[in-house]
Amino acid sequence: MSDKVIYAMYGDDEVLKSSAKKLVSGGVKISEVYSPFPIHGIDPIIGVKGTRLGIMAFLYGLTGLTLATIGMYYFMVVEWKMNIGGKPNFSYVENVLAFIPISFEFTVLCAAHGMAITYLLLNRTLPGMPAQNPDPRTTDDKFVMEIRLSENHGLSEEKVDELLKDTGFVELDKKIIE
Amino acid sequence: MQKEAAIREPLILGNKTYHDVTEDVCRPIEGKAPKMWYILFSIALIIGLYGVGSILYLLGTGIGVWGLNKTIGWAWDITNFVWWVGIGHAGTLISAVLLLFRQKWRMAINRSAEAMTIFAVFMAGTFPLIHMGRLWVGYWVLPIPNHFGSLWVNFNSPLLWDVFAISTYLSVSLVFWYIGLIPDFATIRDRAKKPVAKRMYSILSFGWSGRAKHWNRFELVSLVLAGLATPLVFSVHSIVSFDFATSVIPGWHTTIFPPYFVAGAVFSGFAMVQTLLLVMRKAMNLEAYIHTKHVEYMNIVIMVTGSIVGTAYITELFISWYSGVEYEAYAFLNRATGPYWWAYWSMMTCNVISPQLMWIRKLRRSLLFTFFISIVVNIGMWFERYVIIVTSIHRDYIPAAWSMHYPSHIDIAVYVGTIGLFFVFFLLFARYFPVLALNEVKTILKGSGQSYKESPDYHKHH
Repeated sequence: MSDKVIYAMYGDDEVLKSSAKKLVSGGVKISEVYSPFPIHGIDPIIGVKGTRLGIMAFLYGLTGLTLATIGMYYFMVVEWKMNIGGKPNFSYVENVLAFIPISFEFTVLCAAHGMAITYLLLNRTLPGMPAQNPDPRTTDDKFVMEIRLSENHGLSEEKVDELLKDTGFVELDKKIIE
Repeated sequence: MQKEAAIREPLILGNKTYHDVTEDVCRPIEGKAPKMWYILFSIALIIGLYGVGSILYLLGTGIGVWGLNKTIGWAWDITNFVWWVGIGHAGTLISAVLLLFRQKWRMAINRSAEAMTIFAVFMAGTFPLIHMGRLWVGYWVLPIPNHFGSLWVNFNSPLLWDVFAISTYLSVSLVFWYIGLIPDFATIRDRAKKPVAKRMYSILSFGWSGRAKHWNRFELVSLVLAGLATPLVFSVHSIVSFDFATSVIPGWHTTIFPPYFVAGAVFSGFAMVQTLLLVMRKAMNLEAYIHTKHVEYMNIVIMVTGSIVGTAYITELFISWYSGVEYEAYAFLNRATGPYWWAYWSMMTCNVISPQLMWIRKLRRSLLFTFFISIVVNIGMWFERYVIIVTSIHRDYIPAAWSMHYPSHIDIAVYVGTIGLFFVFFLLFARYFPVLALNEVKTILKGSGQSYKESPDYHKHH
């Protein structure tokens, strides 16, 4: 099924934002915005929900903490009570102070790497992936709004064009995607 | 868009647009490297290779080729290790702690400071590994069961904590740095004309497209990583200091060590950032982005952390007397007046007096003076570690065992070699990587750029 996509390119982030506001209030669904840097305040306008990656980071950190605790309990208390200066490790609690640094480091290690890997997978940004921005200038100084007609059933192309007309875009491009 | 007070000095000078920022950062990467780059790179490479050769000789012969003896089992090796780890503290501090404090001036310097951090930690990691003598069994520090039974590595030992701290710090810093680099690699990718460059930056940029949702995640990931890296920065040098503080050697057995080491690390790290950036901003024409105000901010950090370090030195000296422990008192008396007095007083001059000059506004805004002090500080911080390590152990409890440490030429070659290798890495970074965080600098252009701040309608709307 072919789909018609409208790309409206802007030269300024603030102009794009006010244009997006106007389009959304006119009932247009903006599929995507490509920008060279994060545009603060664009997410609620175009309906991008806040990410839950922070929760993931917390869970990864908790996993790390648990693994470190179980590991050190097993290595130092169960498996081999290492006798250091006549003080063998008879219980975890008695030795917990010595285990804090590694518990902390391992928590951070798991949280940071777990989150980073999840982030790359969610974004599908991995080595060898092709670039998907519609115009190479969107990583320089241009801001592009993508409107897919298939996602705007109630609106005709002419209506979208009319809404876009006075928004101050610098270029308007239309493509048919198969 | 965030606005800030008009009386604040702009962070980006001149009449820059978003496109100008891209141009200014990408031009040195896309153009031909200047002759000076090749000269510096060759010098660094030769010194680095000499260091690698010395390390190979050391591995083949044994660590007897160092100037160590029975009394002084740690000297230049661990001094260099702590020195490099310390230098490696500025990058993550700048990008993580200053991000949490919303300090916008970090954006011009965080990329190169983090690169410096990563390369410095590489160099640091070399020393404990080669100090093992048998590098090929270096993996024994990892928690794997012993070949002969169920004996594990000692989780009660600060040396093992260090293994975890340094490896976590290195890998987390690397990830933090790279996640910030991905969108900037995408910028270079989209501008690249030559097929090889296009292909390389395409791989490096992981197919980044700058979608709104991705930016949303990007900002959260940066924030959370900063939150994780902040306690990490402080923990790493605290743990390095535990290597000494948990022992019972007079001069090492000191509870003040963790904060004292962290302050010292930030102090030396910022000094190294100054040394590198003052040259880089000139060589790569980035004066509009890294200017006097940035240098001044960094000098203030140097002044504050230098004062903390100075206070720690004096506290240490006072407590050694006040404790009434004669061995402790002797360790410090010996530092200041014994055969290593010159090292002690070099440390005192470089680290206590020189940062105090930064109280004078004219001096802390002088680039030439800053460059000079930044080198003085790093010399001083090397001496600090040398003083702590060598003077504490060279005269122990039995006078018959008293000794002196004389570095062998291998000691010197390995140390100088790591400086060479460090510059090899840094020069490659400056040549092929975006040295300024493009996407971050663009976000502050309107709020902190000179042309915007001076425009008549800057204060009208908000």
